[in-house]
Amino acid sequence: MNMPYYVPPEQFMKDRADYARKGIARGRALVALQYLDGIALVSENPSATLHKISEIYDRIAFAGVGKYNEFDQLRVAGVRAADIKGYQFSRQDVDARSLVNQYAQILSQVFSEAPKPMEVELIVAETGLEKQQDRLFHVMYDGTVLDEHNFSVLGGDADAVTERLKSAFVVDATLKVAINSAVKALSGPDNKLEYSDLEVAVLERNGKRRCFRRIDGDELNAMFS
Amino acid sequence: MSMPIFSAGSDPGANFSELLRRVGLSPFDSVSLDNELVIPHATTCVAMKCNGGVVMAGDRRATSGNLISHRSMEKVVQADEFSGVAIAGAAGPAMEMIKLFQLQLEHYEKVEGQTLSLEGKANQLSTFVRSNLPAAMQGLVVVPIFAGFDFFSENGRLWDYDVTGGRYEEKDFVATGSGMLHAATVMRVSWRRELSVDEAIKLCARALWEASDADSATGGPDVLRGIYPVIASITANGWSAVNDQQLTKIYQEIATEVGAR
Repeated sequence: MNMPYYVPPEQFMKDRADYARKGIARGRALVALQYLDGIALVSENPSATLHKISEIYDRIAFAGVGKYNEFDQLRVAGVRAADIKGYQFSRQDVDARSLVNQYAQILSQVFSEAPKPMEVELIVAETGLEKQQDRLFHVMYDGTVLDEHNFSVLGGDADAVTERLKSAFVVDATLKVAINSAVKALSGPDNKLEYSDLEVAVLERNGKRRCFRRIDGDELNAMFS
Repeated sequence: MSMPIFSAGSDPGANFSELLRRVGLSPFDSVSLDNELVIPHATTCVAMKCNGGVVMAGDRRATSGNLISHRSMEKVVQADEFSGVAIAGAAGPAMEMIKLFQLQLEHYEKVEGQTLSLEGKANQLSTFVRSNLPAAMQGLVVVPIFAGFDFFSENGRLWDYDVTGGRYEEKDFVATGSGMLHAATVMRVSWRRELSVDEAIKLCARALWEASDADSATGGPDVLRGIYPVIASITANGWSAVNDQQLTKIYQEIATEVGAR
């Protein structure tokens, strides 16, 4: 009889984490940052149609890095969960925290039980009626949730981008300043980004029901100073 | 509440009502009514094409038999940025249908990353009306008008429906509800192809005035409470509802004109 190989749990978890981290680091980075009137999400994305950033609900946005089909599946599940909750109860009852908990459950379950972990990291951002109520949740491949402030960086060479964003970040910046600091952080020494390389969207406190808005074309070009 | 994730073969896609059915929340599951119930009904709604778009209007009265059950019901509502629905029929199922329709359009837009075409939206509403047929057979009839601005043909378009979900595109104008005959006659006499948006708004107001004058289930302008019909235009700039000040002025003009004849 063949005996199965014994793999200690520490090694098992480490292998999976390494696998997921490698997949995520292969992609390009994405940042989410607070500005005066909301939250801006900026990522390097050469495709104009395969979005990394999208709308989940009235005040909630989603951003994912890593394997496209995996985070897109999670995005659609998020839209569904939010729309069903808003239909069944009230639009006011849909919040980022509850969505993030559900994402964390799925990711942690897949991480320890499925044949392979998901190679994704997510941001779920929510803009409140006041700046103090803005939320920036970062969900990792294993279901770890980080409640971040000011800004959040994921994917690509996240550590280097974080270092650059720390020095470029301005508290209560205008949208233009916020986008420029994000682009500066994403660019790096040997990677000069053009506006056509970027996918940008905002959750803005604009008094309307749906706060999510994409910024592209001429409007994005005008943001580059 | 768990997150709705489906396997690739059985994924409901961007279809929100199918999604609701899967999670056991379908609003269309047939109800059985043994006794005749007195249910609030909504009444006259009109829509017409004009230069650069469409105008929709509806009175505010809901009736249960001979009683007025609500004075400020909104039967003309925005469906999304470039379209609107007007509903006549049983108020409860009608409001539920509008809510579900609005959600379907938004759900599609978010899941697919782009909006449905105007024709796609009209078709979707037709499916909803058809799903309501079992309830309609028991008296809970819902018949909407759908109108919006079509960016493919770059003009306003409008549709009306029958209880079986039949979808009919109208070339000029349409009226629905108990006061439809009177409202349609007013429009038939005065409607012209080149009406401006403002002229169309006034004509809609006049059509509802005449409908309320002759039909007890249609509400007229309620000056005492400051409740006026809902009138909105949809053009390439999107949905725009006429505010109460403008409505007060329009109805004062009509009252003066009618008083002088």
